[in-house]
Parts: sequence; C-alpha cells; structure tokens
Amino acid sequence: MTHSTGSVSACLPINSDLDLVRVRQHVRQMTAQLGFGLVEQTKLVTAASELARNALVHGGGGQMECTSVSSGGIQGLRLVFSDQGPGIVDLDQALSDGYTSGEGLGMGLGGARRLVHEFSIDSRRGIGTTVTVTSWNSRPPRPREAP
Amino acid sequence: MTGAATSPFEGHVPVLRLGGVLLVTLQGDLYDSTAEQLQQDIGETAADSAVTGVVIDLSGVEIVDSFMGRVLSDVAAMTRLLAAQTVVAGMRPAVAITLVELGLTLPGLRTALNTEEALRLLGAEVAALPRAGRARGESP
Amino acid sequence: MPEQQVAEHETDPAEEVGAFLRRRREQIAQRWADAALFRTVYTVSRDDAVDAGRTVVEALAAVAVSGRVQDAEADGFTVVREQLARTAQARARAGATIAQISEEMDALRPPVTDLLLDELSESPAEHLRECTTALTVLMGTLRLVMLEATTIAGQELINRQRLELLEIATPVIKLWEGIVAVPLIGTLDSARSQVVMETLLDAVVEQHARIAILDITGVPTVDSLVAQHLMKTVAAARLMGAECIVSGIRPAIAQTIVHLGIDLSSVLTRASLADALAYALQQQGAHIVPNPASTVEPR
Repeated sequence: MTHSTGSVSACLPINSDLDLVRVRQHVRQMTAQLGFGLVEQTKLVTAASELARNALVHGGGGQMECTSVSSGGIQGLRLVFSDQGPGIVDLDQALSDGYTSGEGLGMGLGGARRLVHEFSIDSRRGIGTTVTVTSWNSRPPRPREAP
Repeated sequence: MTGAATSPFEGHVPVLRLGGVLLVTLQGDLYDSTAEQLQQDIGETAADSAVTGVVIDLSGVEIVDSFMGRVLSDVAAMTRLLAAQTVVAGMRPAVAITLVELGLTLPGLRTALNTEEALRLLGAEVAALPRAGRARGESP
Repeated sequence: MPEQQVAEHETDPAEEVGAFLRRRREQIAQRWADAALFRTVYTVSRDDAVDAGRTVVEALAAVAVSGRVQDAEADGFTVVREQLARTAQARARAGATIAQISEEMDALRPPVTDLLLDELSESPAEHLRECTTALTVLMGTLRLVMLEATTIAGQELINRQRLELLEIATPVIKLWEGIVAVPLIGTLDSARSQVVMETLLDAVVEQHARIAILDITGVPTVDSLVAQHLMKTVAAARLMGAECIVSGIRPAIAQTIVHLGIDLSSVLTRASLADALAYALQQQGAHIVPNPASTVEPR
C-alpha cells in the first residue's frame, strides 16, 4: 500500500541488543509526538520490538526506517524493517502463531501483524526480508483482512 | 540482595529478599541480556535458600514483547520446579492489552494488581511464611 | 515544440494529455495548491499541498497514458485513492457537503485546461478539440473517484462519531470496594470492544479493583467475534491481576454460544449481575446472609 506524503525519516541500525532498545525508544518517541493513544503507542512499539528482533536474530541484523506519514490530515507512522538474511522459506507458516525457528514463543511475525493497522512482507530467499508496517493515530476502522 | 551492575549495558536487576519471598522490580526498557541474566539470578537465588515465592513488579515497565513474555513464563516454570510461586504484579493496561493482541496470555503465570497484593497472595498460600504485619483476607 | 505536435497530431489525444500533464506537473501542482480544495486541507504548509497536487497530477498522467480516461477503476487512480479519501474526510470533517466538495473538484479543471490551450495553441483545431475533451473527461473521472472517496469518508466519519459516543457511553460503576462493573448496552463491534476493554482496565487500576464485571444483559447477540473480544478482555484483566466475570448471559445467548461451538470455558460467567456481585463479595471475604424476610414472595 502506498501513502501520499512522507517526512521526518530516520534510519536506525539493528545489529545488537542495544539497538533493539534504541528502536523501541525511537518508535515510542515518534508515536508520542504524533499524538497516538497510550495503547496504540504500546502496540506499535511492541510490534517494532518483535520485527527488529526478527531482523537481528533471523536476518543477521539489518535496519529500521521510520517515516511519519500523513494523508489528508491524518497522521501515522510507517516502519520498514529490512535485513539481508536468508529470507523466509514459507511465509504462511512464519506468519502463523506458534511458529518459531529460534527461541521465543513464536509470536513474532503473526503477533506483530495483529498489532498494526497495515502489514506487508516481502521475503526472498538468499536476498533478505523486508517488513513494512503502518499505524494511524486516529484509530480508523481496521479494514477486514482479505483472505 | 544479590548482584550489582557489571557494565552499563548488561547490568543485573537487583533481586531483593523479604523473608521467603524474592522481590524483583523492573523499570523502564530492559536489554535482552539483562532479562536473561535476571532469569539466571532468580534461579540461583531461589535454589540457594528456602524461597517460597517470587514477586516480579512490572508497574514500571512500558512494554513486554514476546521475548520478555518468554522470560516471565520461564521464570514461573523454573521457580515452580524449585517449589516457589511466581507472581507478576502491576502490569499496566496498555501492556496487558498488547500482550493479549500479540497472542500471549501467559496462562501459567500468577498475577496481582500490585506488589502488596502479590505478597498477600503468596502469604495466603504459604501460611508458614514468617512475616509480620499483613493479615490476610481482611478486605472491606 | 509546435512542429513536433503537428508532426505527431496522429497520436492518441489521451496519450498527448498524459505527456502534457507530466511536462506541466509542477505548474499544475503550484496552481492547485492555491485552489480551495488544497488550501483548506493542507493548512499548515503550502509545500504539502504542492506535494499532494503533484501526486494527483502524476496519477492523472498515468491514467491518461493508459488510455482509460473515463474509467474510475483505472489502475493509475489506485495510488491517489487513499489520499483523496483522506482529503475528502478532512473536508467532510470541516463541514463541507458533497456538493461543495464536487464544486471544489470542478474548480481544479480550469487551470489545467488553460495550460493545455496555451500549449496547443498552434495545433490543428480538430486535435485541440480532441485533447481538451480527453482532459475534461479525465477531470470528470477524477471528480467521480473523489466523490466515491467522499462517500466512504462520510461513512468513516459516522463510524468515528459513533466511537466518540461510545467513549461517553461506557460507564464504569464501582459496586463495592475493589469491585467495578461495566454494563454493556447495544451491539459490540471491534471498535467498541476496544473502548470497553481500555475503560474497564483503566478502572481496574484506578479503583484497585480485584474483580471486574462485564454485564452483557443489554447486548442483543453474541457471535464468535464478540465472544473473542470478551475473552481478550478477560485475558488482559487477568494479566493485570484482576478477575473478570461476564454476567447477564440470557438463555437465548447461552444457546447461541453453544450452537456456535464457542469455548467460553476460560471465562468466569454468571447468569445475572446480582449473581456476579454475590460471587465477587464472597471472593472479597464478605458473607452474604439471606434476609429471612426476602424468602417471602414480594407483594
């Protein structure tokens, strides 16, 4: 999905434990600035934490690009996580609950998807994985997910 | 009390001991390594002595993701093996809602509104716990 | 330039319009930025308005090049549909009617037509006529896309207002020290459930409530979605250390729940709010002694 305008881009590396904390803090700060409600803030920060950890653990590190998007007066935050890891072989499986290829509760991708308004993933074997998520601050009715 | 910060980034969270109960207060954003270290520390302290309960105070925590969720579950499972109960106290509403949306209901975990409540919960169940004050079940 | 146009006057007018739009994108965007529609929506920065204008011109050009000037479903519109929807939403929120929005859209056409006429002043009359027609049709289609978006935005506005209403209409009642209740009336949808959940959990913190009661006596139907929301609320309350009871399950609803095969076993339920309160009080250590007088049928 595309959004009309984007500004205030920031790009954070995801290469260590410390970077995960920075990612969370940055997303928290941005959502607070955009006036997100506390629950929406927490959801997006948590999703960011999951996706950043995925990039770190499974993608061997990567980066998060953070862009505040706005369209016709409604503001949102778009996060793009990318890594140059091995890619995900079976996307459907990776998105299902309980699936895990490492340690954890296997809620990473599927869980993160439930925490944001828009979610898309592009993964190519041997090239890497890019996950893009967007949340809007005015709590628009969430579109039903297409099967 | 065990543990002091070993480095700025990989510190120990202090584990306080009150009678037979270990009290851990988490604050702010935790590094993954700190959380893992904490799990170890609790395990070692609980094994050391006649600990009957562990209270983890989350009231200062703004986010719990699946990694932290796993740490909490693991601590609970581990202490259960050592015959101690773990109670997570003071989780914030936004954190609870997010965890549920994430799909983590942490069924094996005992919970309480705050530390006081958690200690009461443990006191009620561990009658032999030598602790002054706090009568149980005397709510209005 | 005129030579080229004469030489190429065989080209499709729609394509020609597309090429013109791309060439003049900047100028058009600049002119649109001062038009009522863009001025009223992008109030903070004119640059934003110009940006938005550029995106729309680019989309129009893509549609024109694809030769589907009269097709509101043309792929080229996809990229701007959302932006238009948000613009429409902003206008609707500011109180503009559909007719006003339509007029404002129409006002975007003359600046573009003027530019086109200027540019093609040397072209044969026939070609000029075809090109202006193509442009007019294209702008008409854009207006249609916008009006569609407006209608959808209107629906969203209603949804939002309903949400605001819900926030007011979700009272939390303190029944006893440490016991809160939220009586639900009306249909529970996703948005409302979210509000209910947040309200209830905030009350748990504020009132130090160990027990929260969700009373669904006033909820007409419980489907699997509603049941799922109830279970989420119960699960979140539990994580915070509170127990959540669902009360007011009428026989018909109990039957539906069983029929749908919904598993509410993780949820503590009681038939009525009174039963839930009695249970809650017992949990608090209170003893409820039935009044001998109350065993007599009330007159």
